[in-house]
Amino acid sequence: MKLSLVSIVMTVFAAGSAGLAAQPVQPGAPPQGFVPVQSLPQVEQLPAAPLLIAAYALVWVALILYVWSLWRRMKRVERDLADLQHRVRQS
Amino acid sequence: MSRLFLPLTLVAAVLFAAAPIVVARAPFEETMGLVQKVFYYHVPSAMLMFVSALICGIASATYLFRRSAAADRLAAAAGELVALFGLIVMMTGPLWARKAWGAWWVWDARLTSSLLLWMIFLAYLLVRRYGGPGSEKLAAGMAIFGMANVPFVYVSVNYWRTLHPKTSVVMTLGPGMRGAFWFCVAAFLTFYALLLTVRKRLEDQRARIEHLYLSLDEQEPAGLPRH
Amino acid sequence: MRQFLRVAWVVMRKDLTVEMRTREIVYTTVFFAASCVLVFAFALVKEGKPMEDAAAAILWISIAFAGTLALGRTFERERHTETLRALMLAPADRPAVYVGKLLGILALLAIVEAVLVPMIGLLFQAPLFARPGWLVLLLGAGTVGFASVGTLFAAMLVRARSRDVLLPVLLYPITIPVIIAGVRGTAAIVQSVPDEPVARFWAALLVFFDVVFVTLSLWTFEPLMTE
Repeated sequence: MKLSLVSIVMTVFAAGSAGLAAQPVQPGAPPQGFVPVQSLPQVEQLPAAPLLIAAYALVWVALILYVWSLWRRMKRVERDLADLQHRVRQS
Repeated sequence: MSRLFLPLTLVAAVLFAAAPIVVARAPFEETMGLVQKVFYYHVPSAMLMFVSALICGIASATYLFRRSAAADRLAAAAGELVALFGLIVMMTGPLWARKAWGAWWVWDARLTSSLLLWMIFLAYLLVRRYGGPGSEKLAAGMAIFGMANVPFVYVSVNYWRTLHPKTSVVMTLGPGMRGAFWFCVAAFLTFYALLLTVRKRLEDQRARIEHLYLSLDEQEPAGLPRH
Repeated sequence: MRQFLRVAWVVMRKDLTVEMRTREIVYTTVFFAASCVLVFAFALVKEGKPMEDAAAAILWISIAFAGTLALGRTFERERHTETLRALMLAPADRPAVYVGKLLGILALLAIVEAVLVPMIGLLFQAPLFARPGWLVLLLGAGTVGFASVGTLFAAMLVRARSRDVLLPVLLYPITIPVIIAGVRGTAAIVQSVPDEPVARFWAALLVFFDVVFVTLSLWTFEPLMTE
């Protein structure tokens, strides 16, 4: 069974959601404007770099996987097309 | 392949290679700091998700009302890209939100309506795949409703009290951020044009195969020997 | 215009007449809706007391599920008896046929809601009749929004493969905003101190959805239903 984009998307999303759901949640920031502070108290600091890197990595991975999927499908279709054109010319 | 393909690929590649550098040199945002830089990929992806949904909807309407098969193929391509860029938005958003809001997900108007828009187009893909013969029409109907959803998603953040930043943020960016942002938009847009073209061509080739199969069937009716 | 209304009326009468012979869909749908309420009652009741807003939520979820079932079965009956083709061949305005079918579904759902509302009010001690005018408006507008898209999709799926599962897959992402608005509006009037401005906001939003959905459905019914 060929792995279509839909099943890849579903699997990634399901895996991501399962991972995300396992994390504990802190109360959200107040909706009215942001309050600037010079530095966060130690206990609340969450390192931003891993999140940022993960975000960019995921974007790149998603785009590369899609381009690869397109390339694969294109190859298959062009092969079928060449096959068919050969048969049509023969008949 | 069309003549545009190669230059388009080069432009997209260059822009994408340069994007991380451009983003790294952009100034930090005061409150959100480093994690705000997800913005430079998150927002262009969201913009492309909307654009793709609009293209899919308009192409679907053209297919339904003008019976244009080419429009249907364009809709199929655009529909798949809504799912792709929607996936990117749904992955990068929570990563940013975890740091900025303290929660991976909140059920506010913008996030909920974006999720629904994405699901509408996932359903579009499902119906195209599993709806059986005539599923192109069903999918086209779905896409039209999906397209109608796009303006709603866009303005939801302005009319409801949400954690999500408002649409005015993009227009009021500071000079350092503005350059980086629009650069990324250009990179994504070029890449999107490329993906759409290639994906549509895939559909065109598939249609040609179908056409050839039919003409073959006419020439060699089953059961009769050919000599 | 008069011809349009006459066709719609005739189609609706036909549906109701056929239904009244066996009353199969009415009885089974009402019973199904009641079972839904019980299932959710066990899920959302803690130590004998229902969670906040549970009554409103359960009401609308049951309407959505029962509505989906009723839609599927009504059109299954049409498909089985091949009357849909006859309807399409009739020299009548297609949108008028759509409106007739929609009115039939609305009548059915009205009966379901007439049973559900007192039942939920009783089981959850929720003062659903505190503001009967608002309740009728919210239920009416919400049901029209849900049923308008549902009738269109159920009709267009009649010949599709996997139509049973595709109807909810296609219908829910588009009608979830209607359900959300219905729940939030109903919750506002069921509170100990009914919040009328909030209810008015959600009711207005429901009417907006109705206008958009009915317009889109009327516009796309004809091309979607051609063979």
